[in-house]
Amino acid sequence: MTTTTEHTFTYGDLPRLMGLMTGDEKHGPAATSTLDALWVLYDRVLRVTPDRADDPARDRFLLSKGHGPMAYYAVLAAKGFLPVDWLEGFGSYDSPLGHHPDRVLVPGAEIGSGSLGHGLPLAVGTTLGLRARGLTDPRVWVLVGDAELDEGSNHEAIAYAGPAGLEQLHTLVIDNASASYARPGGIAARFEAAGWSALTVDGRDHEALYAAYTAPHAGRPHAVIARVEPKSV
Amino acid sequence: MDTMRDRFAPVMTRLLDEDPRLAVVLAEIGLDGFKDAMRAHPDRVINVGIREQLLVGAGAGLALAGLRPVVHTFASFLVERPFEQIKLDFGHQDVGGVLVSAAASFDWPEGGFTHMSPGDVALLDTLDGWTVHVPGHPDEAETLLRHAVAAGDDKVYVRLSVQANATPMPVDGAGFHTVREGRRGVVVAVGPMLDQVLAATEGLDVTVLYATTVRPFDAAGLRRAVGGAVAADVVLVEPYLAGTSTAAANDALVEVPHRVLGLGVARRELRRYGRVEEHVRAHGLDAGSLRERIGGFLG
Repeated sequence: MTTTTEHTFTYGDLPRLMGLMTGDEKHGPAATSTLDALWVLYDRVLRVTPDRADDPARDRFLLSKGHGPMAYYAVLAAKGFLPVDWLEGFGSYDSPLGHHPDRVLVPGAEIGSGSLGHGLPLAVGTTLGLRARGLTDPRVWVLVGDAELDEGSNHEAIAYAGPAGLEQLHTLVIDNASASYARPGGIAARFEAAGWSALTVDGRDHEALYAAYTAPHAGRPHAVIARVEPKSV
Repeated sequence: MDTMRDRFAPVMTRLLDEDPRLAVVLAEIGLDGFKDAMRAHPDRVINVGIREQLLVGAGAGLALAGLRPVVHTFASFLVERPFEQIKLDFGHQDVGGVLVSAAASFDWPEGGFTHMSPGDVALLDTLDGWTVHVPGHPDEAETLLRHAVAAGDDKVYVRLSVQANATPMPVDGAGFHTVREGRRGVVVAVGPMLDQVLAATEGLDVTVLYATTVRPFDAAGLRRAVGGAVAADVVLVEPYLAGTSTAAANDALVEVPHRVLGLGVARRELRRYGRVEEHVRAHGLDAGSLRERIGGFLG
């Protein structure tokens, strides 16, 4: 497997990388809803690299919303976790890259996802496990969609993690207003009511994302709600 | 006699002291027994409240972080309610863990059908790679719990029940054990069914195998036992859904003309409360009913 790259990829390369999967360099909001949030996370926040992919002390990123993973694969390829030449096979029988990611097949993927509502409970357990091993430095991030939050399993995880004070846990909610029933009071209020720290930002604004990702939240888990263009438009 | 469930917390408490990789995850049920362990190992005895999807998901997350999780609640809430979490969070994520259930098929008849889970083993049978232990005595439960925890990163289910045999048998966490030898057929007694099966087959010329580890199914053990019989006639007596292991027995005997009778808990909901023995009788699993059904089948 070749994970070394001739040149360093930048944010500007991502549309081309996504184009390798879809044959189209112009992508709609739905395909790129996670792109900026993921890029800022991998580029500036997560302390994980391909050569640290098995390091117990690495930061963990769990993609819970496994639908439409092209942006995720593009970012993983740009950061050298997987070879760029894998992208063209996207979804084919011989490709490790499916329309939902499989952690057993995709280097750098911490979980396999597709069925909604599994990532956050897994992230809770991963956070507990790191703490039990005395690894209090690594942070655990999980990305969910706003509609995915409808799943009851997420509410079990949110309601537990706040009072349990899981400071290492971070939830990134991509809010493209795709839930059929908007959450009364907004998404941040749901997390705050459960004792989380929560910030809502423009999901296209890299500086705002970075500031929200790195905001202090002593003793509490942290949620960042990244608002992007509504899916239905 | 204490119950299998009485052994669970003390055994796990000792193992938590010995093995820094071990963690226990609970959802309120069974919490009392872990008070000392929780004080000694606050990071490795975790109670998530009444949240069974989180219970299983968090257990698998612990495994992703390198621990050996032991996840416990009643079988209905451990296997049935969060079944997709078992399938995906352990299976699809390719991580291991130990699920330990209590309440079994009808341990608390007064509690009614909401707390009965005769289908747990059949459900797990739809998944790949699960080892299933069904102890028939508290001593066996203790041994099999230790096997389960020590089984590397395997996925293991341990089914604890108040139904138990009077005396323990040697168990190894692997194959079936020959209790009696005969020539007219083979009766496989699973876990707590052994005493009833031995009483039911008293004086009959049959081989009785005792099974406490039912998955993987000891196909070679069954074939060996059948080889000593006049006809390849097999009766399975299981403390959960009737027929749960019939397919496994058929697969084991695919090269031999054979007959299999699967006895166990009926699919039909009784809508009865009462006592365990009354439910055993209602499902035809008492010694008298078993003798009639086994005798009738073997002719």
